[in-house]
Amino acid sequence: MADSMAQPAPQDGETRRDFLQLVAGSFAAVGVGAIAWPFISSMNPARDTLAVSTTDIDLKPIAAGSAITVVWRGKPVFVRSRTEEEIKSARATPLSELRDPQADQERVKKDQWLVVIGICTHLGCIPLGQKPTDERGPFGGWFCPCHGSAYDTSGRIRQGPAPTNLPVPSYAFTSDTQIRIG
Amino acid sequence: MATGLHKSDFQNPVIRWVDARLPVFTMMQKEYGTFPTPRNFNYFWNFGALAMVNLVIMIATGIFLAMNYTAHTGMAFDSVERIMRDVNYGWLLRYAHANGASMFFIVVYIHIFRGLYYGSYKAPRELLWMIGVVIFLLMMATAFMGYVLPWGQMSFWGATVITNLFSAFPLVGESIVTWLWGGFSVDNPTLNRFFSLHYLMPFVIFGVVFLHVAALHITGSNNPLGIDPKGPQDTVPFHPYYTAKDSVGLVVYFIVFAVLVFFFPNLLGHADNYIPANPLVTPPHIVPEWYFLPFYAILRAVPDKLGGVLLMFGSIAILFVLPWLDTSPVRSMRFRPLARPFFAVWCLCFLVLLYVGGKPPEEPFVTIARVATAYYFLYFLVILPLLGRLERPLPLPESIARPVLRGGGPLPAGAMSKPMEKA
Repeated sequence: MADSMAQPAPQDGETRRDFLQLVAGSFAAVGVGAIAWPFISSMNPARDTLAVSTTDIDLKPIAAGSAITVVWRGKPVFVRSRTEEEIKSARATPLSELRDPQADQERVKKDQWLVVIGICTHLGCIPLGQKPTDERGPFGGWFCPCHGSAYDTSGRIRQGPAPTNLPVPSYAFTSDTQIRIG
Repeated sequence: MATGLHKSDFQNPVIRWVDARLPVFTMMQKEYGTFPTPRNFNYFWNFGALAMVNLVIMIATGIFLAMNYTAHTGMAFDSVERIMRDVNYGWLLRYAHANGASMFFIVVYIHIFRGLYYGSYKAPRELLWMIGVVIFLLMMATAFMGYVLPWGQMSFWGATVITNLFSAFPLVGESIVTWLWGGFSVDNPTLNRFFSLHYLMPFVIFGVVFLHVAALHITGSNNPLGIDPKGPQDTVPFHPYYTAKDSVGLVVYFIVFAVLVFFFPNLLGHADNYIPANPLVTPPHIVPEWYFLPFYAILRAVPDKLGGVLLMFGSIAILFVLPWLDTSPVRSMRFRPLARPFFAVWCLCFLVLLYVGGKPPEEPFVTIARVATAYYFLYFLVILPLLGRLERPLPLPESIARPVLRGGGPLPAGAMSKPMEKA
């Protein structure tokens, strides 16, 4: 027993013990990874959370020039029925004036309806501009009260610290007056 | 070197820099690297390390379960079912946590058995043993409160019955129970405080385990021969010898654990706990979790409310004074020809109590439980104190390195060769 406990004479380079340590260490690392995976995965959205990830909206009650806020995946989505002037002012803006250049046509499916996620791209506040009495900022879209970002009638960033336009969620018209977000 | 810095033996400059200021590497090397450990451990000495690993598993799975659990009587049951069905790997986390509790008790019962058989509770390890009994009590409280959280029928009625144990105490009993409940029955306040305490207790256990290990590293480990190491020829460094041996045990432990979790996840649970709690209907046959059954059997063996409660608590409290009840100076039962059979009968009684605790309270189980309970206490209170005087122990080996069976005769080749070399 004592003899077998004695260290084998180290040869040039690797020994049997080096090999065993490497193999044991690698398997332990794989094992720890395999155990860690379910723990990490459990923090991702559960299946019931994913199941409620679409929202249907009826557009009929929204009068021209007004907007509604709907909740999609726990986030506010602004649906705005734009007036002719609002569409015109959005399209008249040259792309060179935009911080995040994007044409208005790329951001809508039907000219009248603008659908954007209503979270300021700066630090996540909800911009004002949904209610007729709200401050809409110098570009007639939305104005974020937290740090003064102003968006235009296409939801594009025009002024203030926010880096990008209000994102457009994936949505589709399920009929002339119905959309489904998600 | 500047004054006030620890003199580190580590060569790696980063480790050395840290170690000189906070000698954690030196401490780990001393306590888990070169720590001299008796060379003759058998696999019973795996179970302390297994219990430690088990505690870590319970805390890890518990923290992630708590992220999805709702401690409210109206939502708790559904939140647990949501964990089982909707949360990614929620079924795995919950089954690992529930069966992890069973594994924890299996491991700890074997760990306690090891201590009882090899006399690990005797001087100088009395305090080490008593801290262990504290850990056992904390584990039982934690397991009990954890079982209440899914808010099934067994959760509710288990909580009702166990908290009502305290009503047995005269005068203050009813007030204590109302205080435990935070109301006039087991209800939402009870569930909330149980969740809070169930989350807290494992960390308390972790702290007490630290004390348990700290005390162990003062006295050093006992060993199957129960004699003290007399020099470096009797010990080996903890690493790699016992890190390797513990790893072997750990692999076997994980196999058993995995078989339970993946093939028989509900074997040790009760189907009734998949029925939401109903305060108006008690299930026809209610029993606690299997690991409480021996003590539950003692409770029911006594035909008196207060007597049963006292005897049940006494069956664990008696372990605190065991180091002074056992008067024999010989630790290991290998050298105690009389104590060994008496202890075997005690173990049998413990298993019998575990069995009858899960049976309905009717004959013949009541009588069996009474006989086994009587022997349980007789062993500690009468047999062990007397044996210390009456028993004639076998001769102890003169050292660990010279096993008693080979004492005197020629040693097998290698068994004793150059023992000083590897010290």
